[in-house]
Amino acid sequence: MTEELLSPHMTSSINKQLLISRLEYILPADSVLHQPEDLHPYECDGLSAYRNLPLAVVLPDKITQVQAILKLCFELDVAVVARGAGTGLSGGALPLSDGILLSLAKFKNIIDIDPIQRVARVQPGVRNLAISEAVEQYDLYYAPDPSSQIACTIGGNVAENSGGVHCLKYGLTVHNIQQIKIITIEGELLTLGGSGLDSPGYDLLALLTGSEGMLGVIVEVTVKLLPKPESTQVILAAFDDLIKAGLAVGNIISAGIIPAGLEMMDKLTIKAAEDFVHAGYPTDAAAILLCELDGNKAEVAENISNVQTILDESGATDVRVAKDETERVTFWKGRKAAFPAVGRISPDYYCMDGTIPRKHLPQVLKAMADLSAEYNLPVANVFHAGDGNLHPLILYDANIPGELERTEEFGGKILELCVEVGGSITGEHGVGMEKINQMCVQFAALELTQFHAIKKAFDEKGLLNPGKAVPTLHRCAEFGAMHVHHGELSHPELERF
Amino acid sequence: MSKDISSLLQSQMQDAYKNKTPLQIRAGNSKHFYGYPKDGNLLDVSAHQGIISYEPTELVITARAGTRLAEIESTLNESKQMLAFEPPHFAATATLDNATLGGTIACNMSGPRRAYSGAARDFVLGCSIINGKAEKLKFGGQVMKNVAGYDASRLMCGAMGTLGVILDVSLKVLPKPETEITLRHQCDIHQAMDNMHQWVKQSLPVSATSYINSQLFIRLSGNHSSVTSAQQKIGGDVIDNAGNFWQQIKDQSHDFFKSDNPIWRLSLASNTPPLENLNGSTLYEWGGALRWLSTDEPAEKIREILNNAGGHATLFKNNKFKTPPFHQLSPGMLSIHKQVKQAFDPENILNPGCMYKEF
Repeated sequence: MTEELLSPHMTSSINKQLLISRLEYILPADSVLHQPEDLHPYECDGLSAYRNLPLAVVLPDKITQVQAILKLCFELDVAVVARGAGTGLSGGALPLSDGILLSLAKFKNIIDIDPIQRVARVQPGVRNLAISEAVEQYDLYYAPDPSSQIACTIGGNVAENSGGVHCLKYGLTVHNIQQIKIITIEGELLTLGGSGLDSPGYDLLALLTGSEGMLGVIVEVTVKLLPKPESTQVILAAFDDLIKAGLAVGNIISAGIIPAGLEMMDKLTIKAAEDFVHAGYPTDAAAILLCELDGNKAEVAENISNVQTILDESGATDVRVAKDETERVTFWKGRKAAFPAVGRISPDYYCMDGTIPRKHLPQVLKAMADLSAEYNLPVANVFHAGDGNLHPLILYDANIPGELERTEEFGGKILELCVEVGGSITGEHGVGMEKINQMCVQFAALELTQFHAIKKAFDEKGLLNPGKAVPTLHRCAEFGAMHVHHGELSHPELERF
Repeated sequence: MSKDISSLLQSQMQDAYKNKTPLQIRAGNSKHFYGYPKDGNLLDVSAHQGIISYEPTELVITARAGTRLAEIESTLNESKQMLAFEPPHFAATATLDNATLGGTIACNMSGPRRAYSGAARDFVLGCSIINGKAEKLKFGGQVMKNVAGYDASRLMCGAMGTLGVILDVSLKVLPKPETEITLRHQCDIHQAMDNMHQWVKQSLPVSATSYINSQLFIRLSGNHSSVTSAQQKIGGDVIDNAGNFWQQIKDQSHDFFKSDNPIWRLSLASNTPPLENLNGSTLYEWGGALRWLSTDEPAEKIREILNNAGGHATLFKNNKFKTPPFHQLSPGMLSIHKQVKQAFDPENILNPGCMYKEF
């Protein structure tokens, strides 16, 4: 990270006292935090390698307060970083030194549930899982289930277009919301989307989804709810070869079956997960696949038997259907605990989030193994196999000087590899601060310029989460130079990645 | 037929940008009735054709904007796959079928399966466009999950070419259901709406619903066991040749649409009660979330009622009185639309005024 990113507005010095007193005019004094000890809990999001303190943290609980705060920031040229639960993994909610952090944590009411139309209108600070819990009485649920769903909030989910393990069948956040309300930097309340399945004009709902707090502050979300499937079943298949497991995924999909979840883990992850939660995984396997099928009973029974056959024919060494709900939960437990499990076998790990067209899996795995050897850093692979979303976990030790930097460089190479084979640098975690340099690999100057023009359409002064998600061309030029010189950095004193 | 004319299109657009000449973008012209009439120099995309890549196991197809939908669908069909948003072609016969991929995406047109599988925009993974500055840009890609950068590809869906000329699009495709059956129930609209909501809630494999002339049509799609068990649950008469029925609804060749009256497309919450203050006849789709209204009621009245119901009304066809085709935007939304338009097309040369007079 460079200083330039953390305080993009350094030229205009902000009168902190004036700002605080104006904020305290809008909010009760205990909702404006500005003492260093009060600011520390907000110094980072889920990407804790990056930390920084904002000028102040504000905790409004009314839409009118958010409007007044943004109007004030617009008037005083103060940058604003919005934050939900702070579980994001790309530093999107990393505070800026000369900006305020706008926490939406107090907006945690479920406003309305309509079980007939199957929608729920909720405030942005409502936790993802809390929505499913609240609508369970109607046999409904909210489909996107990021791993952090117990803590992450729906506002953050929309800002990041969060995914989860069920994306292949049920889509990302963008497919599962119907309407949002946002406040623009000028304090205007806009409703995007509608109460039906579409709305007039441009699809600004899609544009705002995944825009990482750069275009507006989300203050309300109407989510679509799905009926809970009548039946859910999971199959665990072991393979003696990671590539065979990858091919099995293609074979399932070619047979016309879209599983609700299709996850892959490699040997290192299997071992770590098994030691941690004792899910009954075969630790001698090179890879395991978890394939979940849901729907009505008849459909699931037929598909389970078809998938079993396909897995056998694809060379699985062991195929097990969870015999009951308890075993199904146990099978998943290992997968869901994969990250913390890996955390137990290494002092630190760095989670990547690239996506690739699935057919390139063998090539990418091979290249990753080569890079792992080159950097002398082990990699554990957890993979949303159905939709080509890789989560390589690079194991490192931050206490060893230079190892974090090597890890970040290795991670950057993995992402560039994903772009090379036609994939993306981020499938669901967002760009934030973390992958800002890789954006220069993913997009050419013209596209980045177009992104800046979009940003300007919503936020002419560039006050909403500036410096995140979309790099300046200047930054890319510098990053490009880094490539040309094969790692001989032009400004070695600056932190990179 | 496969041909890449993107350089030609780009050079025509460079001239238009330089000279600030408005362009009307056209491919198959199958949706000429939609929106305000266009003028400006013709930018003909129809020759920009061909499937660029299709990988059934990846569930992704990429094709040029001028590619006929029919070609795409028949190619997918060979691998037992489909465009799950079931786009309309608006063609009376196969020989007149000129609907293209580009037009379908530009208008975000989806058919009967939309309420159960998603709209065109939900299946867009990426696209290449030429913006109003004649710059070729590429957004998104060919992978299901991709959150790098703003979602400019989905923004193109329904923008009617006003933000960029679509060159090619990558779409997620889905396996075709093993079997389909359409059932008919004779009932009043209240019972029909109740049924449509209940059946979906029961996890039944509903893939289309329609209500017209006191008859509720429901299509079940999936594997044999699933469809059979659902059929036993809900009963009703089995419709022969149901494919024709759904095609007539989708392409608007059904008798309902053969009227000189303005045809309104009403989009609203699925459980909104029937709008009894509006005269005319109504065809329901999408579990009640889409209603076609054939009426000569004044536009202002229709729009006011839809406003109160929280929905929006589009004058889809037979716009006799030159009424604004699309529902009015709030002042704040209009202003943000103009700014977004400006960001992509600063000289306002791309289909200007075809959605709203203001941009």
